[in-house]
Amino acid sequence: MRRKAVAALPPDKLLPHAQPAYMASWIYVFGVLTVASLLVVLATGGVLALKGPTWWHVSGTGKYVNSLHLWSVELLMFFMVVHLWAKFFMAAWRGRRALTWVTGVVCFLTAIGTAFSGYLVQQNFDSQWIAGQAKDGLNSVGIGAFFNVMDFGQMLMWHIVLLPFVLGLLTAWHILLVRWRGIVPPIDATDPADAGTASSAPSPAGRP
Amino acid sequence: MSRGRRGSGAPDPAAFPTRPYDLLKEFTIALVAVALLTLALAAVFSSPDVKPVTLASWARADGADFTATAAAELGGTSGTAGYGPPYNHTPDAAQKIGPIGLQDAAGVRIPVDTAADFVIRPLTDTPEPPAVRTALAAWAAAPASRQQAWAKAYSDALAKAPGGDPAKAAAGDYGPVPVLTARLLELARSGALDGDLQARGRFYQTDYTLPLLFLSDGSYLETLARAEHLGGDQWGMMNEIGNYPGQAWLGLYTFWYQIEPFKSSGNADALIWGLMVLLSLGLLLVPFIPGVRSVPRWTRVHRLIWRSYYRDQEAAVKARQSES
Repeated sequence: MRRKAVAALPPDKLLPHAQPAYMASWIYVFGVLTVASLLVVLATGGVLALKGPTWWHVSGTGKYVNSLHLWSVELLMFFMVVHLWAKFFMAAWRGRRALTWVTGVVCFLTAIGTAFSGYLVQQNFDSQWIAGQAKDGLNSVGIGAFFNVMDFGQMLMWHIVLLPFVLGLLTAWHILLVRWRGIVPPIDATDPADAGTASSAPSPAGRP
Repeated sequence: MSRGRRGSGAPDPAAFPTRPYDLLKEFTIALVAVALLTLALAAVFSSPDVKPVTLASWARADGADFTATAAAELGGTSGTAGYGPPYNHTPDAAQKIGPIGLQDAAGVRIPVDTAADFVIRPLTDTPEPPAVRTALAAWAAAPASRQQAWAKAYSDALAKAPGGDPAKAAAGDYGPVPVLTARLLELARSGALDGDLQARGRFYQTDYTLPLLFLSDGSYLETLARAEHLGGDQWGMMNEIGNYPGQAWLGLYTFWYQIEPFKSSGNADALIWGLMVLLSLGLLLVPFIPGVRSVPRWTRVHRLIWRSYYRDQEAAVKARQSES
């Protein structure tokens, strides 16, 4: 198993010292920014979880940590949406990368569920209103009978344990798939060897 | 390593010219940048934290609405009383997607009896003056049809009273209902009802289903929410209280509530959920949907993303043409 894993993802592929020269656009940064903001979200959420759900309502420090959590989530979702749109326009599922696309989309949907459950456990007016509104949608398709948005304890578990666990696993899987398959070549690009244009010279356009 | 993957839709990235790259360095820079940006945004904009509405604050601020809601809970005419699954078995209340009734299929898993849970049990659990005990006994002794007639008559009288004020309601045969609702209002104003509905005889509790349903049945909570642009026709829960970005990512979901035929449909929630499941599946399966998977090629946004690659390619082609 170890041999198979190393063969599929040798250290050079996992942490490369070089990448294809066509990877010369700012748009590539958004994938890394998404993972970076996920770490900030997990770290700030971890502090909030350590101190308990009432802490941030009664402490200036807690309020600031909650603000960090909120804004890192806003950044995460922004970066992820830009990343997703970019990968769509790059048709990044080409070359046996469909599973990379699928895990990315499931990450996006899971992140929406995680952020939504976060709003439910804030213990303030927003939580009350969102729970009251969301129950109708969830009840209408039978989900509310099992996923009760008005049960604070249940939502807290989903938000700080179950969904982050799933999101973490999916993210790791997605990143490993990206490293395994490599960065998708440009649309209509042909194998440089076939086209007779292969060159060892790097692209003149530098990647930021 | 294989130089190409014939028939897989794209050549092997390893076959292309390369440039130096350090993933760890890029990730570290990104992490520092995101952390600094988060610190700055949090310092400048903070986060909203408007206090929750309690049954006590509702009863103190709008006693008329509280009393009207309590009467509706007693008479079985409130939103929760006629909701259907998962709270009760109200016939034809459940939403459907065409012939499919998922709400009904899930069943009643969080049973709520509005008269008993919101009014009668809290009053029964509390030491009450003789007049209230007599009213409770009269309510318990009456058949269900009589109970509903009393509550409906009182609800109608409250609706006609100036400002919904119970003191200004016309005289009528309301049985014990005015005594029960007046005492429940007193309990709520004292804060006792909050604790009673949440704890229900237990010590630890984390389930707010009952008090939130009761609160949602009144109009007070919605009035406050609408003032904060949180109404369903105001794009609802994608907004956040105050001038905060909120859950902008729910925009596509809340969008459907703003247009026909969903806007006026009794099955809007189920239809929109069904539509969102389809759209999510569509997004998930983009690589396999003919036409949709070709959109990137047609839009040519990729020409901007890989502009240096395409420029180099075109230059190489021109060079070969001039050589020949």
